[in-house]
Amino acid sequence: MSDDILVLVEHRAGTVLDPTFELLGRARALAAETGGQAIAVVLGSGVDPLVATLGAADRVIAVDDPAFAEFSPSSYQAALVPIVRDRSPRLVLVANTGPGMDVASGLSAATGLALAAYATGVALEGGAPVVTCQLYAGKIDARVRFADGRGIATVVAGSFPVESGMAAGSPPVERLGPPATDGRIRFKALLAPEAGDVDITRETVLVSVGRGVGEQENLELVEELATALGGAVSVSRPLADAGWLPRSRQVGKSGLKVKPRLYLALGISGAPEHLEGMRGADLIIAVNTDPRAPIFSVAHYGAVADLLDVAQALTRRLAG
Amino acid sequence: MEFIVLLKQVPDLAEELEIDADGTDLARDWLSYVTSEWDEYALEEALQLRDQAGGSVTCLALDTGSVDELLATCLARGADRVVKVGSFERQPASHVAAAAFAAALRDMPHHLVLTGVQAIDDLDGQVGPLVATLLDLPHVSVVTHIAVGPDGRTATVHQEYAGGVVAELEVDLPATLGVQTSRETPRYAPVSRVRQLMKTMEVGSVEVSADGGAGLVIEAMSVPEVSATAEMIAGSPDAIAERIAAILAERGIGKAAVR
Ligand SMILES: Cc1cc2nc3c(=O)[nH]c(=O)nc-3n(C[C@H](O)[C@H](O)[C@H](O)COP(=O)(O)OP(=O)(O)OC[C@H]3O[C@@H](n4cnc5c(N)ncnc54)[C@H](O)[C@@H]3O)c2cc1C
Ligand SMILES: Nc1ncnc2c1ncn2[C@@H]1O[C@H](COP(=O)(O)O)[C@@H](O)[C@H]1O
Repeated sequence: MSDDILVLVEHRAGTVLDPTFELLGRARALAAETGGQAIAVVLGSGVDPLVATLGAADRVIAVDDPAFAEFSPSSYQAALVPIVRDRSPRLVLVANTGPGMDVASGLSAATGLALAAYATGVALEGGAPVVTCQLYAGKIDARVRFADGRGIATVVAGSFPVESGMAAGSPPVERLGPPATDGRIRFKALLAPEAGDVDITRETVLVSVGRGVGEQENLELVEELATALGGAVSVSRPLADAGWLPRSRQVGKSGLKVKPRLYLALGISGAPEHLEGMRGADLIIAVNTDPRAPIFSVAHYGAVADLLDVAQALTRRLAG
Repeated sequence: MEFIVLLKQVPDLAEELEIDADGTDLARDWLSYVTSEWDEYALEEALQLRDQAGGSVTCLALDTGSVDELLATCLARGADRVVKVGSFERQPASHVAAAAFAAALRDMPHHLVLTGVQAIDDLDGQVGPLVATLLDLPHVSVVTHIAVGPDGRTATVHQEYAGGVVAELEVDLPATLGVQTSRETPRYAPVSRVRQLMKTMEVGSVEVSADGGAGLVIEAMSVPEVSATAEMIAGSPDAIAERIAAILAERGIGKAAVR
């Protein structure tokens, strides 16, 4: 058993992803408290350039093997389980991404370590982790401990500052031999999204609309408002899923991350996966009929009202 | 091909959620429940895949005493069989649920086990991967596209990443997949048909002994202070529009600023 904090490094196309830097920064602070080390675990092929960006870690454990050139849930799992078993860290931090979800729960099942998902805060009390998790799409917060004082947490992107984990330096690297891999899931290709008609990451004004809009026909009113504001329409995931607007207009975890001067959120509840994509906007104004909608927790201004009424009134006001 | 779908009910978020007297769970007495959104997608995918590849769709739910409507809805939508697993007073922790499903699936033919990518009501969203690990099956989460290979031994799936990027993965069957969305909007089941099926349907049941916990201790639950930082604008739609226009003009945002 150790007091180390392990961070699983997520990388794609030769770059370590931002959520990993968030976790490294947090792990470093936590390790300073536990007296253990912040250890970055990187699985990849030709990992040196990746390792060179992991200066925030006290130590790096690297598995460098062609089998890890791309992410595969089964081979990651096969490699990680023995590492976590051997080190028995105080805490394993994994980003709450698609791959993170795969890996963390597989690890939990295989090692018996408990898993707290959708974490937005991780602290220590009496040397043991206490995790704040989001439940019910962000409508409830829970404070959770691990029964035996150690466990795994998957952390929502945007919970900690990215910069805190971006440090120069070359931590010692411990290289592990090629592990047993599990080839039952094989990477085939990475598919880039189709380019959209509008690049929502470049718009200064986004009128963003969610399931609260009700009918597809109502989008017209929203388009009119966007035009009146000189901006574009973006959407939450369900509207892109329904094909009402292209995927390239989707804001959030599996969509795009946007930072406009104005983000006007209409009928969007503010699920953690949506907030991930827009909480950095300069000015957030939310309109929702539910006074408890989590979107209001990141908004600067809010109105509890029907979005159709407000959209029409605002379009009229801007025209007149 | 044998397709299995795991489904559960979750509290309806349209209702106000309150915390119980202990402060560690929802006050459940007056909650209304709906089928977990992602499970609806998982069922729709299973039905579509069955219609293409042949075989049958079996829907499993843990027996919490109130899943008849859920299961009748599955049948009304076109599932071939529905089965209640175990006997629970309330939704157990994910590790317990996974152990129960794994026990049930050991005696049930399965090529593809589909779950929702996550459910909103617990701390993990990970029953699928847990079941997979217990049964030693490969698992992929956040799946948006499933195609079964011509020989029925593999499936090609898409796993979603940030920015609309997806990875195409090939997975050996049997496997478990966490479904993020279905190729078509889940089909509608007429309420009258569901009502009728609730009276006439045959429901299979599997006894399982499942115990243990998730190893998590919930110390406290709370309703986040949602508008602690937002300034709330009251009034009629026109009044709200007026105030928003003023805020934008002040900051020089939008065409209004130019005018
Ligand atoms: C792995 C993963 C990735 C995901 N990625 C994304 C992502 O990239 N982007 C994303 O958005 N979601 C994503 N999601 C989905 C996310 O969990 C939510 O399901 C989604 O954000 C909900 O969208 P919504 O707010 O439009 O709908 P809902 O949650 O249904 O909210 C609708 C809101 O409209 C309000 N409303 C209803 N009627 C009116 C009215 N007349 N006027 C005003 N308000 C009204 C309601 O009160 C409610 O708050 C992802 C989920 C998973 C599991
Ligand atoms: N009690 C349950 N009964 C049936 N299916 C479940 C249950 N718990 C979880 N699942 C399945 O596992 C998925 C993920 O749930 P969870 O891990 O609880 O977030 C759900 O969408 C269901 O498909």
